Amino acid sequence: MATLTITDSTFSTEVLTSSTSVLVDFWAQWCGPCRQIAPALEEISTEMADSLVVAKLNIDENPQTAAQFGITSIPTMILFRQGSPVHTIVGAQPKHAIVQQLQTHLLSAH
Amino acid sequence: MTIHPVAIIGSGPAGYTAGLYTARANLSPVVIEGSVTSGGALMNTTEVENFPGFREPIMGPELMQAMRDQAERFGAQLLSDDVVSTDLTGPTKTLTMGSGQTLQAASIILAMGSSYRELGLPREKEFSGRGVSWCATCDGFFFRDQDIAVVGGGDSAMEEATFLTKFARSVTVIVRRDQLRASHIMQQRAQSNPKIRFTWNAQVTALQGDDRLSGITVTTTSGEVTQIPVTGLFIAIGHDPRSAIVAGQVDRDSEGYILVEGRSTRTNVSGVFACGDVVDHTYRQAITAAGSGCSAALDAQRYLEQL
Repeated sequence: MATLTITDSTFSTEVLTSSTSVLVDFWAQWCGPCRQIAPALEEISTEMADSLVVAKLNIDENPQTAAQFGITSIPTMILFRQGSPVHTIVGAQPKHAIVQQLQTHLLSAH
Repeated sequence: MTIHPVAIIGSGPAGYTAGLYTARANLSPVVIEGSVTSGGALMNTTEVENFPGFREPIMGPELMQAMRDQAERFGAQLLSDDVVSTDLTGPTKTLTMGSGQTLQAASIILAMGSSYRELGLPREKEFSGRGVSWCATCDGFFFRDQDIAVVGGGDSAMEEATFLTKFARSVTVIVRRDQLRASHIMQQRAQSNPKIRFTWNAQVTALQGDDRLSGITVTTTSGEVTQIPVTGLFIAIGHDPRSAIVAGQVDRDSEGYILVEGRSTRTNVSGVFACGDVVDHTYRQAITAAGSGCSAALDAQRYLEQL
């Protein structure tokens, strides 16, 4: 599965009320590390499709959600389970490190 | 398993230039770019004005894309993975990747560059992404009309401070000494900017805030302590070489920079070469990194010819 593009208006239905865990990537066009990390997130969205949806939120076009979660650095990735944020990753990290953190938080009891 | 003639670790100007030269020498290089670090440090910069050949400024990411494309055009194989461990002993070197894959090569070019240095203060990690940042181009946007600070006195600090004035109400630059290390043109640009003020002979000694940064404590060399209310702190105090994956195998200096023999790029390990910022604690420019990447490619080529 590819990544899902979400907006301020779809955030609630796609993330908060989603029965699947969602990793939201807060990003912008002008952010170099966001572009660097994009291919890894695409891969993760396919490789972990069974357990996770990877959603991308452009903070330039959707400032409301970014403000709601107090984002001051991008890329920031927040993992939501049952609509609640359970883990935050700030900054570009190697793919295997991201996968490891996701696995830990997806497997742990909720 | 295939034994590649050359594997290059890193994808900044040094890595891509080494890729370009070894590809043109028909050595079918593999460039291990890093899963999320391709393009290296220049990916976080805006306008590059000092890379020869460009009369007008070029954006850092655009320059890196061009170097990448050029290396690829001549047959460099680009691998989006991270080297997590190395075995460099013997004539065949083995690299283990974050994905679990291994790769073997007859020669290795180390071009891992450097990573941002941290202040080493309590709560720095906690506030990372909550006011503390290492990337002005990424995060300046979030500090519109706010008072923020930049730590550092080099070119990166001046570039960040100047860039941040597009968004911030005021930018306080905290400099450890009584003068700047930055190039003359960058100093002048920052010092003539009405939104930038300087605090000299001072260091950030503490960070304040509840769930996000609200202020910093600054201590001067004479012992004077002041609190500055800022919602953003951009750290540009230099870099540390990313040489951990070869620790214990390749000789490094006390700061972790890889040691090379004389003017060459040869390390103490036969068939292992090093170039760019992971070696260079003096110049650290895109052009010097590219130049040493070229040297490493030629050194590796000569080494392979003698086998």
